Amino acid sequence: MTQLPPPSEVKLGLVIDLDTCVGCHACVVSCKGWNTENYGVPLSDMDAYGSNPVGTFLNRIHSFDVQPETGPAQTVHFPKSCLHCEDAPCVTVCPTGASYKRAEDGIVLVNEDHCIGCGLCAWACPYGAREMDAAAGVMKKCTLCVDRIYNENLEEVDRVPACVRTCPSGARHFGDLGDPNSEVSLLVAARDGVDLMPEQGTKPVNKYLPPRKKDQLVQPAGTGCGGHMEEVAAEPKGFLAWLDKSLEAL
Amino acid sequence: MHPASSVIVFTVLSGFGFGCLFWLAIGLPDLMGLDAFVYYAIAFAVSVVGLVSSTFHLGNPQRALRAFTQWQTSWLSREACLSVIALVVMGLHAILVIFFGTNLQWLGILGAFFCLATVLATAMIYVQLKTVPRWNHMGNLVMFLLLSLTGGAIFTGSDWVVHLLIATALLQVGVWVYGDGRFAASGSTIESATQLGSLGQVRLFEAPHSGSNYLLKEMVHIIGRKHAVKLRFIALLLMSVVPALLAMMMPLSVVVLVVIAGIHIAGVMASRWLFFAEAEHVVGLYYDKR
Repeated sequence: MTQLPPPSEVKLGLVIDLDTCVGCHACVVSCKGWNTENYGVPLSDMDAYGSNPVGTFLNRIHSFDVQPETGPAQTVHFPKSCLHCEDAPCVTVCPTGASYKRAEDGIVLVNEDHCIGCGLCAWACPYGAREMDAAAGVMKKCTLCVDRIYNENLEEVDRVPACVRTCPSGARHFGDLGDPNSEVSLLVAARDGVDLMPEQGTKPVNKYLPPRKKDQLVQPAGTGCGGHMEEVAAEPKGFLAWLDKSLEAL
Repeated sequence: MHPASSVIVFTVLSGFGFGCLFWLAIGLPDLMGLDAFVYYAIAFAVSVVGLVSSTFHLGNPQRALRAFTQWQTSWLSREACLSVIALVVMGLHAILVIFFGTNLQWLGILGAFFCLATVLATAMIYVQLKTVPRWNHMGNLVMFLLLSLTGGAIFTGSDWVVHLLIATALLQVGVWVYGDGRFAASGSTIESATQLGSLGQVRLFEAPHSGSNYLLKEMVHIIGRKHAVKLRFIALLLMSVVPALLAMMMPLSVVVLVVIAGIHIAGVMASRWLFFAEAEHVVGLYYDKR
């Protein structure tokens, strides 16, 4: 059914730390790997070894350059996948009922056997979280690795989404954002986590932790390099002074 | 947004077809027998060709029947259901008029209602999308309905043809001008998309992929906008101005009406092409493209 269920108590989702993400794309690769071999049809590539390769991915890393009014610019790596929105517009527009939000944990999924591949859900998503698979003609999206997180055949440590398990910098966190005392909720509260495009009214479950403020190197007055070395002389002396004067005179 | 030809043909022809059926439903003109048969046959054919072409852009059209199930939330599903109801009611109306010479007024009014409701649902598929600010206002809804009524008025040689054609020109210009400011008014920016605006000015440093992908092909269609201004003039001339002048200067014989209809439909196609090509999806912000 494409009617949204009443807001669930459990809201499983991701918290993404823009301060720690190093932009290595390991989560992109692990996501593609897991989701090609497990839930639903594989994530296909078209012309994979040709001149114009195109493929389906559920997770992509954009890199932004942020220029403050003064000082150098800052690079922010920005992973983006389905935000499992509470008011998911992709669910209600679906004409077949293939797109749905689970009442028990809030995960937004696609029943690929019912999907006609009309693409309207991808149009309704502001975040570009859905991609039509060119080989299968059905809509693909992040499943929050629903086939891992409840999978008792896996070691407990592996019962998190593939992207979270693989992240080498600890920039991705998985948990219940419906529980205010969960680790992820506490993290969001401590770091002032934000919603992407709040003006779209989608109420995303996934949160983003903005980059921390850069610290400034404070130098004690009159000392160079934090007081460890003598200051470099502004005026040359001795041979250099003679050379400077002679070259000026030429 | 990518202007897929199947979707342009679908919206233009089904709009025209249901507009024709609307005028036949309210008995303008009041036809009987063979005349009625010809008119109804053309109107049904155009509507059905439009509806069928909508299935050509589906990834799995063999499951299209499932699209009739989610009418409670989905405008696309409502459009599917309403179009079938409209065709069935109007089919009944047509049979009674053609073969039994009876024009049941209540059945006609019911049919006319469902014809307009179908066009409204078609428009709502686009108008509902908050992610495409240019589409997301009622002006487009009125535009779809007005174009449908105008197409039907040309088809039936209605006395209202010139009035409706002038109205389409005025509304079209209004929708274009208003639409141009919609993206800025939506409040979505690269800063709101990334929530990094408090740190400084944001621009894309490196795209997530060097090639294209489904999102860019489907929703960040930039190339078609190069000639948008010229195309607006062409669309306006063909859709409204030339047909209106012809309708004012010539007697509305069948030949003249066929010519007017041909020119008008070509103009609506151009306008609908622009409707897609000029529409910008907010996901483009993540790619620093619109």
